[in-house]
Amino acid sequence: MTGLLPFLVVLPAATALLALALRGLRAGLAILLGVALLHAAGTAFLWRGEASKSFGTLLQLDVLGLIFLSITSALFLLVSLSTIPYILRGTHDPQAAPHRFAPCLLAFLAAMTLVAVTQNLALMWAAVEGTTLASAPLVYFYRRRGALEAAWKYLLLCSVGIALALLGTFCLGVAASGGPAATAGLTLEAFRGAAPAMARPWLKAAFVLALVGYGTKMGLVPLHTWLPDTHSQAPSPVSALLSGALLNCAFLAILRFFQVCVASGDFAFARTLLVVMGFVSIGVACAFMVGQSDYKRLFAYSSIENMGVVAVGVGIGGTAAYGAVFHSVNHSLCKAGLFLLAGNVLRVFGTTSARKVRGVIARIPLTGILLAALFLAIGGLPPFAPFWSEFLIFQAAFRGPHPWMGVLFLALLAIAFLGMAGTLLPMLQGASGEHAPRAREPLLTVLPPFLLAAAALAIGLYPPPALTDALRRAAVLVGG
Amino acid sequence: MTGLADFLLLVVAALALSIVATSRLTSAVRLSALQGVALSLLPLALWGPVLDRHVLPVVLMSGGALAVKAVAIPLLLSRAIRQANVRREAEPFISQHVSLLIAAALVGFSFWLGRALVLPRPAPTPLLVPMAFATLLVGFVVLVSRRKAVTQVVGYLMLENGIFIFGQTLVEQVPFAVELGILLDLLVGVFVMGIAIHHISREFEHIDTERLSALRD
Repeated sequence: MTGLLPFLVVLPAATALLALALRGLRAGLAILLGVALLHAAGTAFLWRGEASKSFGTLLQLDVLGLIFLSITSALFLLVSLSTIPYILRGTHDPQAAPHRFAPCLLAFLAAMTLVAVTQNLALMWAAVEGTTLASAPLVYFYRRRGALEAAWKYLLLCSVGIALALLGTFCLGVAASGGPAATAGLTLEAFRGAAPAMARPWLKAAFVLALVGYGTKMGLVPLHTWLPDTHSQAPSPVSALLSGALLNCAFLAILRFFQVCVASGDFAFARTLLVVMGFVSIGVACAFMVGQSDYKRLFAYSSIENMGVVAVGVGIGGTAAYGAVFHSVNHSLCKAGLFLLAGNVLRVFGTTSARKVRGVIARIPLTGILLAALFLAIGGLPPFAPFWSEFLIFQAAFRGPHPWMGVLFLALLAIAFLGMAGTLLPMLQGASGEHAPRAREPLLTVLPPFLLAAAALAIGLYPPPALTDALRRAAVLVGG
Repeated sequence: MTGLADFLLLVVAALALSIVATSRLTSAVRLSALQGVALSLLPLALWGPVLDRHVLPVVLMSGGALAVKAVAIPLLLSRAIRQANVRREAEPFISQHVSLLIAAALVGFSFWLGRALVLPRPAPTPLLVPMAFATLLVGFVVLVSRRKAVTQVVGYLMLENGIFIFGQTLVEQVPFAVELGILLDLLVGVFVMGIAIHHISREFEHIDTERLSALRD
């Protein structure tokens, strides 16, 4: 199985072209589902450790890449399932172009897979930019002005942000060019080898540019402004993927640069930067979550908040680094579920304004109950998995040299929880206003979020040893 | 051959300033095409005479840059301008004179930056790093000071061009496949942006991005 890694990248890319050529709606969905299944099976096979983990110098898979690849693959499978009812009956929009949906999703999967399986930093950059280009048409799926505005902001802001990351990649190349590893290509391995001898100003410049550049894509303040617009305007399955899988890809890209800083032995500045940007992101997200009247925007700001949590965790290091990688897994499970459920609410109530939605549990009980469960999960309540990851980060912060960071962390999380509760709980409760009857809940609209919620609960109650082992090894890679 | 390379670098920077100075969309696109031509010759001028092993990749990189930056992208953008049927003025937020002054100041700053940042291995020509930063920063000025979607794309292209120049210091390290990937991304990116511009013009009957401001909290 030496060709498994290129297969995982080429399969969705090739089938994207096929689906584009066929143009058929049902054919596109069939291809989408088939590829999602094959991709998930291939990724599962990688966990058994028998497949070759490298293909030339371009594709190499380490445990960090494996974790993020697995999240992407699993979410993609679940999102593909929920796409079926969504595309076949739930779009409400005669102007939407549903035959583009499957090709763009497949190209998106190909680009995200490439981000996870390459350790060539320049190729990784090209792949991250590819994710923007493949997903921008998905954001503009509904031909509305709002969606167009969101897609334009997304394209331009992320492209410009990521251009800075390319500059950062080149700066890293310059930093390494003084040493003997100068001609070894822009691979992580070569950079880590050359790191101790790197010219420090260029290394620092490289990390700052990568943090700002990929941070744009990850949703870190100050270049986060595209995120709430994009995630609220995109169709809900796309929002689920953007928030659950794509933000992690950008986080992985930042981690690659952080790994080089760790290898240089001189990474206090990188940690400080991550902690500061993380806290500012959490704070700004909290400010917009309190009193937020659009429930999709609420979830989008919650994504910014959680990315901030992850950045703080990596910045603090030690057990917090373990908590950070763990939290990015947990956040993906919960937030993808929440966005899929938001799609169900939107389908039945026809609005994203939280004030106009009442009685979700009365009208669509399964969606309502899952929404409540996932809200408690992402809010950091035990026994769900995000509680443990956030607790690890809090504990490390509190026991570290600056205990006030732990207190601040906890206070901000409490504000975020209350902000979310204030918008979400009134939606769930109450009888539905105009004595509307119970609406139908097709199986495929509730099964994927149910599985995600079940996974968040199961990991919280009994984390699988394979996962904790992988997380432990991943944390070591990022200075944990 | 640093004489030719220096000449090309100065041409690129001068074109960047003239893009700031021009008020017409079509001439901004034409000037950016010319910048693409100068840029695509740069790898040949820098590396052609010294490299014997890497000749083919360098020639291919030049050819690719020429095809993408000087031919394909300008064609896409001028088609977008034609289809959108926009008023031909670039309509800056900041007046033309002020943005030109800012751009000129940034070019000066780039020279200072090029002197302050010491490369571990000297660049093939001392002008390379200052001109890379100058192009990049002037691209930023165009990006933030103009409200037409087309000029914002031109600004983004200048930003990428600056990074391309900076990347010339690493020509031995960047695998050829990666160079192609970066160029392909740029091409597809402008293609998708062109489609978006088309939709914006149809939906709003203008391509002012200033009016794309309904989404806020």
